[in-house]
Amino acid sequence: MNAVSAVFRREFAAYFATPIAFVFLVIFLVAMGVFTFYVGHYFDMGVADLTVFFSYHPWLYLFLMPALAMRLWAEEKRSGSIELLLTLPLPVWATVLGKFLAAWAFAGLALFLTFPVWLTTLYLGAPDNGVVLASYIGSLLMAGTYLAIGAAVSAATTNQVIAFVAAVAVCFLFTAAGAPIVMESLSGWAPAPLVEAVASFSFLTHFSAITEGVIDLRDAIFFLSLTSLFLFANMLIVESGKGG
Amino acid sequence: MLEIDSLTKRFDAVTAVAGLCLTVRPGEVLGFLGPNGAGKTTTMKMVTGFLVPDGGAARICGHDIVTDTLAAQKTLGYLPEGAPAYGEMTPREFLGFIADVRGLSAVAASAACELAVARTSLESVFDRPIETLSKGFRRRVGLAQAILHDPEVLILDEPTDGLDPNQKHAVRDLIRLLSPAKTIVISTHLLEEVEAICSRAIIIDKGRIVADGTPAELAARGPNGKLDDLFRGLTSSDVSGAAA
Repeated sequence: MNAVSAVFRREFAAYFATPIAFVFLVIFLVAMGVFTFYVGHYFDMGVADLTVFFSYHPWLYLFLMPALAMRLWAEEKRSGSIELLLTLPLPVWATVLGKFLAAWAFAGLALFLTFPVWLTTLYLGAPDNGVVLASYIGSLLMAGTYLAIGAAVSAATTNQVIAFVAAVAVCFLFTAAGAPIVMESLSGWAPAPLVEAVASFSFLTHFSAITEGVIDLRDAIFFLSLTSLFLFANMLIVESGKGG
Repeated sequence: MLEIDSLTKRFDAVTAVAGLCLTVRPGEVLGFLGPNGAGKTTTMKMVTGFLVPDGGAARICGHDIVTDTLAAQKTLGYLPEGAPAYGEMTPREFLGFIADVRGLSAVAASAACELAVARTSLESVFDRPIETLSKGFRRRVGLAQAILHDPEVLILDEPTDGLDPNQKHAVRDLIRLLSPAKTIVISTHLLEEVEAICSRAIIIDKGRIVADGTPAELAARGPNGKLDDLFRGLTSSDVSGAAA
């Protein structure tokens, strides 16, 4: 575990060593605010709950999480520090996990700083705090999956811009799998089991199940297992790089 | 102790390292010579576990680098080509991270950092971000990182590249100081460096060893008793075609 924590601490500190942390947090919070209060018409709803706030998370994460993950590996490969990292006595899985956890912890910090939205709702009415907590946990789990996708894509390239764009594309597939645009284009011709299978991979479906207060372990397991899968892919990509 | 046994690496159609065999014993300082593209860096990358060989094996203090990677890497100090580091970190933070990864206790880490910093004369830049340092300082940060845990085997890829004559002299003194107890391999283009600090030199060309002996023995084999004559005679140069 020492290996994981050493990588984690270096990587987490790296976010704060440059203005990246500050810029990201500001954009994250402003975007959250704009979508909740302006686009989502939170005050016009007349309902004191956070459904509107959480409903935009998948779409915001679609861009913000790849932005957090894009430098994790691509930057190491570009600067050559990957050679140092991979010749230190660190198991590859520990490096992969440490980097991922650093990005996830940073995303968790950004999510935590949205608490004024919750306070506003508390001031205006009586939201179901159990649902709010479940939604926050669900949002964090979903952020982890986006980050794991971003990290795996980042390991496959030396260019951060490519890492970002490709990760957004992959994340979009998973986000939109259950959206009408995909469902309608499939349901006309594809066999029903295929349509259901595609829909079952949708982040929107799983996340909205959590935010509606139906705390189903299966939705949590969905995000955790998909995260593990992409971290494993990340490890394989790093290992395969050693082949030259 | 470093044992290399028929080490081979191919990149597509090009064989970068072709069945290299070599044993370096404690107390030896081996100068690894060869023109650009001869396979020096590729060999070092395989020996340190950054690249997986296509054939053959390398053992560091008896630990196979492919099957027992972490044990081998623990006994190893490595300065990769170009001395990559994390630019946003200061030498203090960077060496702290390396000590962390190497599993040094807090007390041992601060003593090791102090010694490494004194040996590489980094005191004046200890708290400045590495990316703002001159090439010479960056190289010495890489050296400090490599010697931090007092490794049994030191592999240094062009340790004096980019240093001014005074700094070169200091690094050579350091290598001489460390050499009695350690197995040291340095790659270099500078033939006078080999004559100054190496107890043994090998010249490689197209991934094969073409000469092996003490610098004096090799120099005696040259037409005028000079090492660079032998070097030019034995290695293929990509400029010879243009000159002819």
